[in-house]
Order: sequence, then C-alpha cells, then structure tokens
Amino acid sequence: MRRMRAIEARATKLFHQQRTVGRVYTGRGQEAIPVGTTFALAQEDAIAPMNRDLATHLIRGITVREVFCQYLGRANGSTRGKDAGLHISDPARGLMVNMISNLPASLPVAVGIALAFKLRKEARVALTYFGDGASSTGASHEGINLAAVRQLPIIFICENNQWALSTTNRKQFVVERLADRALGYGIPGVQVDGNDVLAVYEATLTAAERARTGEGPTLIEAVTMRMDGHSVTDPAQYVPEEMLAEWRKKDPIERFAAVLRDEGILDEQLEEEIGAEIAAEIEDAIQFAERSPFLEAEEAVKGVYAAPDGRDTRAIHNA
Amino acid sequence: MPELSYRLAIREALFEVMATDERVFVLGEDVEYQGVYGITRGLLEEYGPDRVIDTPISETAIVGAAMGAALMGMRPVAEIQFADFIAAAMDPLVNMAAKYHYRTGTAVPMVVRAPAGAILSDTGSTGPFHSQNPEAWFAHTPGIKVVIPATPYDAKGLLLAALEDPDPVLFLEQKSLYNLKGDVPPGNYTVPLGQARLAREGRDLSVIAYGAMVPAAVEAAESLAREVDVEVLDLRCLVPLDKEAVLTTARKTGKIVIVHEATRTAGFGAELAALIAEEAFDYLDGPVMRVTSPDAPVPAAPAMADYYLPDAGKIRDAVRWLAAY
Repeated sequence: MRRMRAIEARATKLFHQQRTVGRVYTGRGQEAIPVGTTFALAQEDAIAPMNRDLATHLIRGITVREVFCQYLGRANGSTRGKDAGLHISDPARGLMVNMISNLPASLPVAVGIALAFKLRKEARVALTYFGDGASSTGASHEGINLAAVRQLPIIFICENNQWALSTTNRKQFVVERLADRALGYGIPGVQVDGNDVLAVYEATLTAAERARTGEGPTLIEAVTMRMDGHSVTDPAQYVPEEMLAEWRKKDPIERFAAVLRDEGILDEQLEEEIGAEIAAEIEDAIQFAERSPFLEAEEAVKGVYAAPDGRDTRAIHNA
Repeated sequence: MPELSYRLAIREALFEVMATDERVFVLGEDVEYQGVYGITRGLLEEYGPDRVIDTPISETAIVGAAMGAALMGMRPVAEIQFADFIAAAMDPLVNMAAKYHYRTGTAVPMVVRAPAGAILSDTGSTGPFHSQNPEAWFAHTPGIKVVIPATPYDAKGLLLAALEDPDPVLFLEQKSLYNLKGDVPPGNYTVPLGQARLAREGRDLSVIAYGAMVPAAVEAAESLAREVDVEVLDLRCLVPLDKEAVLTTARKTGKIVIVHEATRTAGFGAELAALIAEEAFDYLDGPVMRVTSPDAPVPAAPAMADYYLPDAGKIRDAVRWLAAY
C-alpha cells in the first residue's frame, strides 16, 4: 500500500514537471482494495485491473521500473508508448487485460476469461474492478448478468470511492448500497469497508472459494474515498473539505499500520526502513525510465494487426 | 461437387471447424436452437452445451466476453443477430478489441459474424433495423478485419480462414444471398483474407463490388455483353484490401463503377474511388462512379425499398453511361 502511494505521489510530481506521457491517475486512499483483493487470489487466477489499482500490478510482480517506463511512455513500457497511464498487462503474471480509458470495458472481457475457465473446466478465477461511476454503464450490467446466468467463476469488485469525476453517488444511483444490486442479478452481494485491508482480503477469499467450487460470481462493494482528484489535472474543488477530513481519519495505510504495531510486527525503525527502501526503488526507477529510449516515430503505424496481410498502413503524405 | 446454399455453407464451415478445433465455440442470442436463419441448427446436439452458448440480449457483453475468451486462447464465434445491432457492441469492438494488438502486441483472435443487408420482396424490405450494411464503420477502424462473402464457396472458405486469423474479424453475411446456391467442396478449405476474385473477366469497363451486389453486377454485365465487355471484381474482403487487384482492374479498363448496397456518403466506395484516383489517375478515361443506396435508412414499404436499393438495372444504367463517356 505504501509503495503504491509513494509511486503515485512521485508520478504526480513528474506529471507537473512534464516528465510523463499523458495524465496520471491515483488511487490514493483506496490502496487497501487492490492490495486486499490481489493477495486473496491464487497465482493462476486472472485479473483485469482498472486505473486505481496500481498495487495489483505490483503484487503480481510488475516492477517499479516497469511502472515508470509505462508512465513515461518509453519503448520498454507495457504499451511501449502507444498508450499512456496505468495501461499495463502481462498475461504471464496473470494481468490478463490491458485496461482502456472507457471503463468498465475490461468487465465483459473478464467475464469472457471466466467463461473460458469454465468451458475448459479449470479451477481458476477471474477478478475485475470497476467504480461507482462505471456501475451505471450497460457494460457492467450486461457483464455481471451474463456471468450470473452462466454461473461463471468471477469476482466483481466495485470500488465505491464516492465520486465519478465530479459526480457524487447520489447523482449516480439510488440504491443505498451498490452491493444490493447483486439481488437484481441473483448473486451474492457483499459490502466491505474498503479501507480495511484485512476485511477486503477476507471477503475476496470467500468469493474466490465460491467461484472455484462452481458457485458462480460475487459482487463485492468496497466502500472507500477518492482522496485525490479524478486525475492529476483535476483539483477536485467540488469535494467538500469536511468529507476529506472525515476520510483522512480512516486512512487504510494508517489503520493497517496500527494493527501491525499492536501485533508487535511493525515498529518505528521498520517503518523507516520500508520508507527508505521504497524511496530508493522509486528514484532508481525514474532514472532508469528517463534513460530508456522512446520507440522510433515510424512505429506509430506498426502493429495495428497481428497479421497485416496486405493492409496498407502507410500514412500517405500529400506532395 | 456438392451444391450448397450460402447459408448452409456457413453452417458447414462451423460444423467442420468445431469437429477438429476444440478451441472454437459459438455464443450469441438464440444460437442453441438454430438462430434466426438456421445457421447454427444442430450444432448444440453435435457439440454440446460447452461449445454452443445462448446469451442474454447483451451485445456489449457478447463481444466483450468473446474477446476475453480469445485472450485465453479460445476461438470464439460471436453471433450478432442482425448487423444492425452491432451498434450496441461498438465499445468492445472498436475501443477494446481493435486497439489491443497495437497497444499490447497481444493478438485477439475472435470472429464476430452477423447477417447484413436488406431482403426485398413483394411486400417490402426487411426495414430500417434489419437491413443495414455497417461495413464502412469498421473498415474505418484500424485493427478490425472486414470480410463480406458473395458466394457459398467463399462464405465457407472465408469463415474458415477468419477462424485461423489472429486478428478480430467482422464477418458480414449477406442475408439476401442466404439461399443462393453454389458449388461447395466438402472438408476444410480456406479462402485467404485480402484476396479479391474476378467474378467476370472483361476489357472495357470494371465493376468493383462486394457482397450482395456481386450477383447483381454479374447479371448487369451479362445483359450488356453485346455492348460493353464488363469485368467484375468481387473484393471479398474490405480489410485487408486487395489493393493490387483494385488497381490492376482500374489500370486495365480505365473506367470503373463501384457498387455497394450500403449508403453512399463515406461508404466503402468512397475509399475505393479515392484510392483509384490517387494511384491509377493516369489510366482513367472517365470519372469513377458509384452505385449505392442513397443516404437514408432502409425504407420498409415495397415501392420505396425498390427505389432505394441498388440492383442490376441501376448498375446497367451506370455502366452504359460510363461506357459512352
């Protein structure tokens, strides 16, 4: 969680120094969700993350260097500079779906992955994330309904961070709890404190067990708060300060640190060491990324097809 | 050589490939019982419920899920019940599937098939919502391949080729050709994507057509045989386009009439006309013509539908005009 927060804070600074390609989106305040969920899955399970889920990538083995190479649009980033932001995938590490900006476009795709698992009788689970805003889209309803009808091994994590850009929940839906939508789909719906990493972990573990034993999908609503703007260019002045103050008290990292301190696992020295380690990783990663080359400009027209086969992709310039 | 209808040739392709390739499965609305045009009839009984899957009415989820299955190494055939409904699946097709290989280097081997085009009868056409030819939207979308067979032989062979293709392929069937019969060899054979077919050889004038307009073009050419020697090129595939075949016929005759059933403005004919003007200009002996539907939705009532849809007669008029130019 700390690594995610530190990376995003640093990336935000880089954006404002015009050293990134494209905007940076953070999941500040929501770190317990990608962390708790990803740790609850088995290595062979497939994940389709969204842009607030940096920690999912880190837990699955994406290095800090890889993250910054992607943020800086370098040739060795996940999309090689063709795309920006947290659009990272790596099938070998179970990060099956490279997200796109239209959310939740990954949701139906994750449903298809779960369908493949079921058709091939594999004991694997798919998991995908979507936000309170994305929960209004046809794609989310269609995808969840299809998964329910076919009893697919998938977990839907709705990260309700109270805001879809400037649109607050009460302008987005009428139900008290997004988890209650599950009734409409005929699947279990669970609401958890999205800032309690252990609660998120437990809920996901239960859902994974259900999915793996053929009992079908679960909708988990993880309630949290988006502590930064929608993106680095959104000052989010529409968010009332009282709301931010309230949620600061529930910070997921601080809460878990308190638990670890109580258990005697975490002390001041260890916290400092962790902080120093993360800072060093990030500095190394940024230097590495800034030393990394961009793709040649002509690459812009390549790779549109896996098998181009005669399609003329030359850009034709007028004389 | 067995004779089979275009519709049953497609069905035969599915039976063929599912027998030997267990990655292939079919999903869509009403596919389990047989689909609206009977194309998936018997597939469920033969291959079971894990290979033939009815979905709820959810075009976005159908196409999105097909992509997910493709990413896991399966070869899904997603059916959109009528091409007109593909608009409900634009996001997963255009934003997810089409851009995926470009962004990630990971292929998305999926086929989306849909009945397209109008059927005209004495009581009218199949109307504004069951008649569309949306190929131009997708020819304009880098990352999607667009296949439109005009014969039963090609319908089977192109579908089998599409199922071997690593890219997302939109397979637009022509419902007005569903009962067209032709020679269809048994067994597994492919017609390569990106390769056009000369439906008729000629010297004086080229008609470039695809899909439902190919038989109409050939009919028009035959009826003019004593006046003009017309060559008919069947594109078969809009993306990848057999550019060489287009330019070869253009340079050969210098007079080109492009025919498609889809509407006129920004239809694929406009792309062909621009391509020919750009790369075969010196060979042209007259303007590049287009015979298309007008810029309106497909009307239902018979007189309007007949006025609206291109046919052999309208092609003949355009050919005569250009031949005399």
